[in-house]
Amino acid sequence: MFGHKHPEQPEMISTSPGAIQPATANRLAIVLFSGTIDKLISASIMATGAAAMGMDVEIFLTNWGALAFRKDDYKTNQRVSQDYADYQSYLLEQMAAKHVTSWMENLEGAKEIGNVHIAACSHTMTLFDLRLDDLEPIVDEVTGVAAFVERARDSAMTLYI
Amino acid sequence: MVGPIMISREIDARGSHCPGPLMELIRGLKSAHDGEVIAVISTDLGSNTDIPLWVQKSGNELVAVEKIDHEATRFVVRRRIRAR
Repeated sequence: MFGHKHPEQPEMISTSPGAIQPATANRLAIVLFSGTIDKLISASIMATGAAAMGMDVEIFLTNWGALAFRKDDYKTNQRVSQDYADYQSYLLEQMAAKHVTSWMENLEGAKEIGNVHIAACSHTMTLFDLRLDDLEPIVDEVTGVAAFVERARDSAMTLYI
Repeated sequence: MVGPIMISREIDARGSHCPGPLMELIRGLKSAHDGEVIAVISTDLGSNTDIPLWVQKSGNELVAVEKIDHEATRFVVRRRIRAR
């Protein structure tokens, strides 16, 4: 058990041994795990703010985050985090009264002004029998987790929402 | 002193929430010509920090910030001259 701090990975080819990649890319990476609108709204606003400030944005949709992007799902999605379930009706009411733009509109706006790439997790897609065609057109592609990690590695910021 | 500033277009983003007014401004400037001055009116408190910050970062010019009433502020921005 102990003394195995650095398990050997014979298949892993290290291109820069011992070097830690600095966060050099002007990019915000987001793992979007949640499918409740409270968190989708937060993620979409963060993405928009980053795009406005000239950052690239890389969003990785996994689990409920991927389900929330199924075609037309956002039009009826009214889920909120269970720990704030008592706020659901108030939140929806206020959003309607104050004409708050939907999280999907926010993401469309972010894409319009900046370089925003949205990828869906292949594991989730397989789990729920989904294909890229089943998702909203705002999703660019289906990728594996390693592709996202590579994009997040040198990103200035990474969020898990 | 320069002469009076001609605002060619004013975007009324009152009631729009963060980052709505900023997005309206970005869209507006995108379609503006070099040196054109446009204004955006916002009631979102975030605009007070975000719009000046964005204008500076994007190389445009913040011509004026005017309080219209107790909740609305007008941001007047001149489109930067693009490199040829």
